[in-house]
Amino acid sequence: MIADFDYQFFLEVLVGGLLSGVMYSLVAIGFVLIYKTSGVLNFAQGAMLLFAALTFVSLVERGVPFALALVITFAIMVAIGIAIERTVLRPLTNKPPITLFMATLGLSYIIEGAAQLIWGTQVHGLDLGIEDVPLEIGGVLISQFDIFAAVVAAGMVLLLSLFFRYTRIGLSFRAVADDQFAALAVGLRLPLIWATVWAAAGLVALVAGLLWGARLGVQFSLSLVVLKALPVLVLGGFDSILGAIVGGLLIGASEKLAEVYIGDYFGGGIESWFAYVVALVFLLIRPSGLFGQKLVERV
Amino acid sequence: MTFLSTIKAAALSAAMIVSVALPAAHADEQYFPLQSYRVGPYAAGGTGFFGGFIDYLNLINIRDGGVNGVKLTWDECETQYEVERGVECYERQKSHAGAAAWNPLSVGIAYAMIDRITADKVPLITVNHGRTDSTDGRVFPYVFPLLLNPYSETSGIVNYIASKEGGIDKLKGKKIVVLYHGSPYGKETIPIYELLAQKYGFTVQQIEVPHPGNEQQSQWLTIRRAKPDFVVLRGWGVMNPVALKTAVKVGYPVDHIVGNVWSNSEEDVIPAGDAAKGYTAITTQASGNSYPVVQEIVKTVYDAGKGNLEDKSRIGSVYHNLGIVNGILNVEAIRVAQEKFGHRTLTGDEVRWGFEHLKLDPAKVEALGAKDLFHSINVSWDNHEGEGYVTFQQWDGKKWNVVSDWIAPDWALLRPIIEKSAEAYAAEKGIKLRTADDADAVTTN
Repeated sequence: MIADFDYQFFLEVLVGGLLSGVMYSLVAIGFVLIYKTSGVLNFAQGAMLLFAALTFVSLVERGVPFALALVITFAIMVAIGIAIERTVLRPLTNKPPITLFMATLGLSYIIEGAAQLIWGTQVHGLDLGIEDVPLEIGGVLISQFDIFAAVVAAGMVLLLSLFFRYTRIGLSFRAVADDQFAALAVGLRLPLIWATVWAAAGLVALVAGLLWGARLGVQFSLSLVVLKALPVLVLGGFDSILGAIVGGLLIGASEKLAEVYIGDYFGGGIESWFAYVVALVFLLIRPSGLFGQKLVERV
Repeated sequence: MTFLSTIKAAALSAAMIVSVALPAAHADEQYFPLQSYRVGPYAAGGTGFFGGFIDYLNLINIRDGGVNGVKLTWDECETQYEVERGVECYERQKSHAGAAAWNPLSVGIAYAMIDRITADKVPLITVNHGRTDSTDGRVFPYVFPLLLNPYSETSGIVNYIASKEGGIDKLKGKKIVVLYHGSPYGKETIPIYELLAQKYGFTVQQIEVPHPGNEQQSQWLTIRRAKPDFVVLRGWGVMNPVALKTAVKVGYPVDHIVGNVWSNSEEDVIPAGDAAKGYTAITTQASGNSYPVVQEIVKTVYDAGKGNLEDKSRIGSVYHNLGIVNGILNVEAIRVAQEKFGHRTLTGDEVRWGFEHLKLDPAKVEALGAKDLFHSINVSWDNHEGEGYVTFQQWDGKKWNVVSDWIAPDWALLRPIIEKSAEAYAAEKGIKLRTADDADAVTTN
């Protein structure tokens, strides 16, 4: 039986799963940035992703050059991030986490509605100029586009790491992430840091929106990719960028392998819920996720 | 102003008010409650379909002054394609007098309404979709899956693949994979593909894609390993472009993928870009704006500034033309019923009778300006689908091109299965099978 096992096919499924996982990580990183500094699970991240992709593609279709459209969209996303922080989250400071979560849930509907109101409901194609034809590497077919997405994700993680390690605002961010009250006590300006983080989340939404948009088409369903990020966060930890990457890879690989090798025993179509099974198992073993910070509270 | 002139002016004003108000109060109107969806995940399909439907109703009002003088009216209630909102809309709109028929364009909403509209005696139109066994008018008197039910669609697709292979006998030994949406809609045809595989000697492998279908890597790797001769795409929404893109990613030839009737629109192929070139899909109505009825809509409705589509480039798109065809079927059913019951506002049950006598042969379709837009329909009291023909269109990267003749599904093979399913439903619900005489008994008020 082992002799019959198609190792090459297994490798293809595994590599395909890992590369899909990178796409999930891209979305998850946006969640992590916000959660790390403010303790808010920003459910509106998917809607921001939709808004970014829709804005970009609509500008390009109206004749705005690619690079300029990118800059304008980024500026709009930064403005939205800052506006959300100012008008919704700041007034809710010190409210219970569930209140903040509900606020972002409401925000996601508002952003989705606004995106369709401003740019319409039509489905758009998005061509980033990267061909999605397979490359054969060692007998295994690998998508060029997926490799491109993995490189972009790696570049973005590197950029964010450098920003948070070597810039003043980045160091402030880490201080806030460690202890908000201590950071406040030493004079760090929390609003500025939160605004910066929301702007960074806007950038992540833009990058993820363009990559997911090129793959799915720019349409309302883009906002549903948050559902792919949730098990990644549970597994990797809500406050770790490294966790988002590793979690994405694990979820991507395990759900694809499960679908192909055991899916038939359950009637097929198991990958969407299997990802949550994996996440729940990790949750039971490590409640704070693989790389999440262990919370110790004095009671 | 003297007292007398004041009285005269008042009397004249009153007369004018009455003369304006009276026709409005007594004018015959036939009302369409539209549970549309113009926002949300399926808005692209909703705006196209309901746009086409409203454009046709507008054409009839502007060009003909309504149907034999009976003005067509409608209002829209937004469902976002959600069942609970659809039911809310139904509750809100049902009290409006003169409702002709419901057209929700949603399997979920249609299912939720069957008992309600049956009690109200108002037809429910599920053009090209809905539950297959509602074709059986003995059990479902008010439900009409016009033109194409899912089983006929399956048969049409298999017949098309057979024609590509050189005949139905050439299917023997072939392998077909069906990639279906993980929903009741997607699963509806599983037993029919199995049945046709047995009958014609091909093997079939059916693979589910979980909703919404934005990840299909594992399914397509499985397909590549299975090496099928054809893949049937039974998708919906984002699942369709992702399927085409992933097929290219794993090296499966797109011209061997055949889409079903909900995988056949511009919205399904444009997001896939070049990956969609060569993809073929079934349809009951051709796309394009060269058909006389579409041209008339452009001239009479859009040039008068009353067109429903914001983006005129969508005129003649798949969903827009489906809306127009749906408009033709609804209007002609009213016309048929008016010939029997009079040129006035009809009851829902009278319109039901009209649908059950809706027969548009190719000559009549041509007279309506829809030659080649759709083939024909032949509805009867016990066959609520009406034997619609199908054709196939191929995407060339910019537009759909028709690549087949009109093909007839194998209705004789499917009918006993439909009847068996409908009779089981009737037994479960305690429904007495209707007869032709029952169907002729009409509630007129």
